[in-house]
Amino acid sequence: MDELIGEFLSETFESLDVIDSELVKFEADPTDRATLDNIFRLLHTIKGTCGFLGLERLEAVAHAGETLLGKFRDGDLVADSSAVTLVLQSLDRIKEILTGIEQTGTEPAGEDSDLIKRLEILSEGGADPEAAAPPPPAPEPEPEPVLEAGAPDAVEPAEGFDVDLGRELRPGEVSLADLEAAFMNTPGPDEDETSDAVLADDELDDVEAAPVPAAPTAAETAATPATPATSGGAPRASATIRVNVDVLENLMTTVSELVLARNQMHQIVRGVEDSALKTPLQRLSSVTAELQDGVMKTRMQPVGDAWKKLPRIVRDAQQDLGKKIKLVQEGEDTELDRQVLELIKDPLTHMIRNSCDHGLEAPEKRAAAGKSETGTIKLAAYHEGGAIIIKIIDDGAGIDPAKIRAKVLEKGLATEEELAGMSEAQIQRFIFAAGFSTAAQVTNMSGRGVGMDVVRTNIEQIGGSIDLASEVGKGSTFTIKIPLTLAIVSALIIKSGEQRFAVPQLSVKELVRVGAGSSIAVETLHGANMIRLRDRLLPVIGLDHVLSQSLQEGEMSGYVIVLEAAGRKLGLVVDDVLDTEEIVVKPLSGPLRTISVFSGATILGDGSVIMILDPNGLAQETATETEDAANTGAQEAEAGADISARQRLLLVRAGGAEPKAVPVSLITRLEDFEASSIETVDGRHVVQYRGRLLPLAHAGGHDGFKTEGRQPVLVFSEDGKSAGVAVDEILDVVEEVLDLEMGSERPGVIGSAVIKGKATEVLDIAWHMERAWSGAPQRKKSSARSAVLLVEADAFSRRMLAPLLAAAGYDVTVAGGLHEARDAAQMGAAYDVVVGDPGALSRLASEGYFADTPRLGVGESAYGAPMDGFVAVLDKADRGGLIAMLDKAARAERAVEAA
Amino acid sequence: MNTEDRFEYVTVKIGDQLFGVEVCEIREVFSPQDVTRVPRAPGEIAGLLNLRGRIVTAVDARFKLGLPPRGEGEPVMALGLEDGSELFGVLVDEVGEVMRLKSDTLEASPAHLDPKWRALLKGVHRLDNQLLAVLDVRALIAWRTAGLAA
Repeated sequence: MDELIGEFLSETFESLDVIDSELVKFEADPTDRATLDNIFRLLHTIKGTCGFLGLERLEAVAHAGETLLGKFRDGDLVADSSAVTLVLQSLDRIKEILTGIEQTGTEPAGEDSDLIKRLEILSEGGADPEAAAPPPPAPEPEPEPVLEAGAPDAVEPAEGFDVDLGRELRPGEVSLADLEAAFMNTPGPDEDETSDAVLADDELDDVEAAPVPAAPTAAETAATPATPATSGGAPRASATIRVNVDVLENLMTTVSELVLARNQMHQIVRGVEDSALKTPLQRLSSVTAELQDGVMKTRMQPVGDAWKKLPRIVRDAQQDLGKKIKLVQEGEDTELDRQVLELIKDPLTHMIRNSCDHGLEAPEKRAAAGKSETGTIKLAAYHEGGAIIIKIIDDGAGIDPAKIRAKVLEKGLATEEELAGMSEAQIQRFIFAAGFSTAAQVTNMSGRGVGMDVVRTNIEQIGGSIDLASEVGKGSTFTIKIPLTLAIVSALIIKSGEQRFAVPQLSVKELVRVGAGSSIAVETLHGANMIRLRDRLLPVIGLDHVLSQSLQEGEMSGYVIVLEAAGRKLGLVVDDVLDTEEIVVKPLSGPLRTISVFSGATILGDGSVIMILDPNGLAQETATETEDAANTGAQEAEAGADISARQRLLLVRAGGAEPKAVPVSLITRLEDFEASSIETVDGRHVVQYRGRLLPLAHAGGHDGFKTEGRQPVLVFSEDGKSAGVAVDEILDVVEEVLDLEMGSERPGVIGSAVIKGKATEVLDIAWHMERAWSGAPQRKKSSARSAVLLVEADAFSRRMLAPLLAAAGYDVTVAGGLHEARDAAQMGAAYDVVVGDPGALSRLASEGYFADTPRLGVGESAYGAPMDGFVAVLDKADRGGLIAMLDKAARAERAVEAA
Repeated sequence: MNTEDRFEYVTVKIGDQLFGVEVCEIREVFSPQDVTRVPRAPGEIAGLLNLRGRIVTAVDARFKLGLPPRGEGEPVMALGLEDGSELFGVLVDEVGEVMRLKSDTLEASPAHLDPKWRALLKGVHRLDNQLLAVLDVRALIAWRTAGLAA
């Protein structure tokens, strides 16, 4: 049967049941307006839906009934019992037709003009010609069917008298027999079985079946005697029952606890040889798994359920706005928790309206812009690493940052100064700010004051997040990510260092043993680790390294967990894989929610709490590290562009009142040490940090260290070494275009730049780090303004080198990968020197790019001897040498040019 | 009993200082066991622990107050409190008796007190032989979204 019809049937049967009982209530008190309004509304809905579905017989009957009720409502007629009976008869007729539809799928043939005629006569003020004739008047409940069915109790029970209880039913109580009947008549998953059960129980044979939880009352039973044997086991409108979400929620919690208890028992039994518990536990285990599966299923619904209304909304929008819109849906079968589904329905509707209204342009405009007149809105849903991603993509006008900016200022949501420090994407995100609505004029569709901030709040309330990417003229993409916060997931329990962590099985593709005792080893290419997996290279990272945010040291061995997340494959190196366990995901509290690499925590069978790793967070976190020069692609290009554009800068105070700046991207961590814990060893300052000594240098000079209180320290890591740079005070973080205006003669300062309208010194972190390591940094200065192309795939090195070169007086162009370098060459750019990864430079030269330009390789210390065609290949850490060689190369090139 | 001019405090020791926490704020007092450290968490988060099947976020009062960290084997107790649906455990050194104090012995925190402390105190009670600082546990578990310490 058509799904739409099916839904209509189950809904209408429910409404009719309500009307039945309401009518009876109304008859008892014809002055009760609220009840009448309710009846009227329900019948009106039925009529409307019938018309929509083209069910003419139903519509005619419902319409006539509604007209009569309208007269009651308007006070033109007084509802007497004969009138109510007539209405009830119409309801019965409707039920009859519905049953016909249910069985055959189409409206059964038949004639309703007699009934309609009577309804019309009555509504025109005439008396019902057949008023005196049967069916029994409604107010007197009619227990007849029960008696006919041969109930053993020969005494006719008074209304509401319950035989089982031996007393009258209190208001709101339902008799056991009724409940039983309702239960028996509720079709289970197998309808044949259910009908058998009902038929066998002849005692209950004729009792009107009603969907749970609306157990029939005696009055209702009597009021609908004309319904043809629906109770005989014929499929009732739907094989579903409605259950309060709270009930499911409780069930879920209980099952969660059961799972935990089972895990605990497993743990105990595992330690005992030949336990008698083993077999029963095995059974308990499988039953629990089934139960859990079942309960999970009850909570899952396809996301398409939340989208059902959307085509209609889009259709209306086309008409109201005079636009041509195509709605494309993808992944509507993606299942998600029903509670989550309910909560995203409204936000989704609102967002689609927004896309229609603000996102897509009018056809003329689209044509003028060279796009097809029909705009497309694409709605896509998919699972990704234990989360559900819903995307709303339109090919409309995009979000103009300039307009947003003006609006933000107008509404006073941010100051000009604050805006000046923001990227376009950040400004676009203002549409999620409270009290923001972009519609130039309030339209019928959207812009009623509740805007994207409400959408955002709703989504965040269920632990989700929303983001947007928009390009002017091309369109916008909204991405909603909803983590499955309330769920049991199967997870791999792994060990890294002394701690255990859980990884959702869903994202685990395979496990590979590496290092000692395995044929697969972790190989290193310019600081990036990878393994060979079936003749492909797979980037790997050490979990301990990600978690401690230090750089990788030593040989990696253990297991590689191959994860697939955020569209890429990634290997996670862990010490050991312990177990798989069903875990209950518990959300993290506020302060921990911002740690991207964790998606939650869980309690294991032994009662200990462990963290659940978020594969997406891990993948994103390491995106820059896992890219290698050859497949750099667009993402790197963007990252590269970002660097030349805006940088987040940490403003600190160190020696003097003026603020000094440090690029945030260089900082590994901010720490706050007790001044007394800083020791002096051999004239150098150190502090015990994570079981090691961290050398410190003060940005304001050797004597800058505090003697009491807390000492703020910026921790930097490079090449596996860490150093701390102490400052007097951490002031602020700003986002600015870091345009180093001049180099500096002073050691420890790279140069100065205008930040927040003030000239601010930018600290030379490399110099300070080396000072902390007690090196003797030398930085040559050069007055020659030569152009240098820096080709470096590794974001960290790039961020270290670019400011250094700039500070040494070179015009630096940064290329994040080969693509960008090639692009630069094709655009005809010429440089005095090309600096960067030796491999990348060789490759460029072999392709004919910058083949005649001096090449200066910067790489790991492994590249000892100069390679062919290179001026020199230097260690990354040898800054002094780098600048010296660069100066030499640049001078040589100039000399050649001059000659 | 006149509730208006009396406060009821659970007294706790953090470092050498005596603090009071209003009784109504505290759900329970427990001994924190098997605290799981959370890598990359802010410094004040001592970790997570399992309290009868619920996960509690342990916040170290010592860190918040800028006191030296607790050494191995030193006594520690936790005050359990609820914030929305989240459970927090504030780690303190010792938990003592419940004290009922008159409101007229309460004074505002002195102006020259370390701002870190001032932000976490509701005031100071003059006791006969010492001072009792009234700890604002809500402020203690409040966290900021600043992305500074990534």
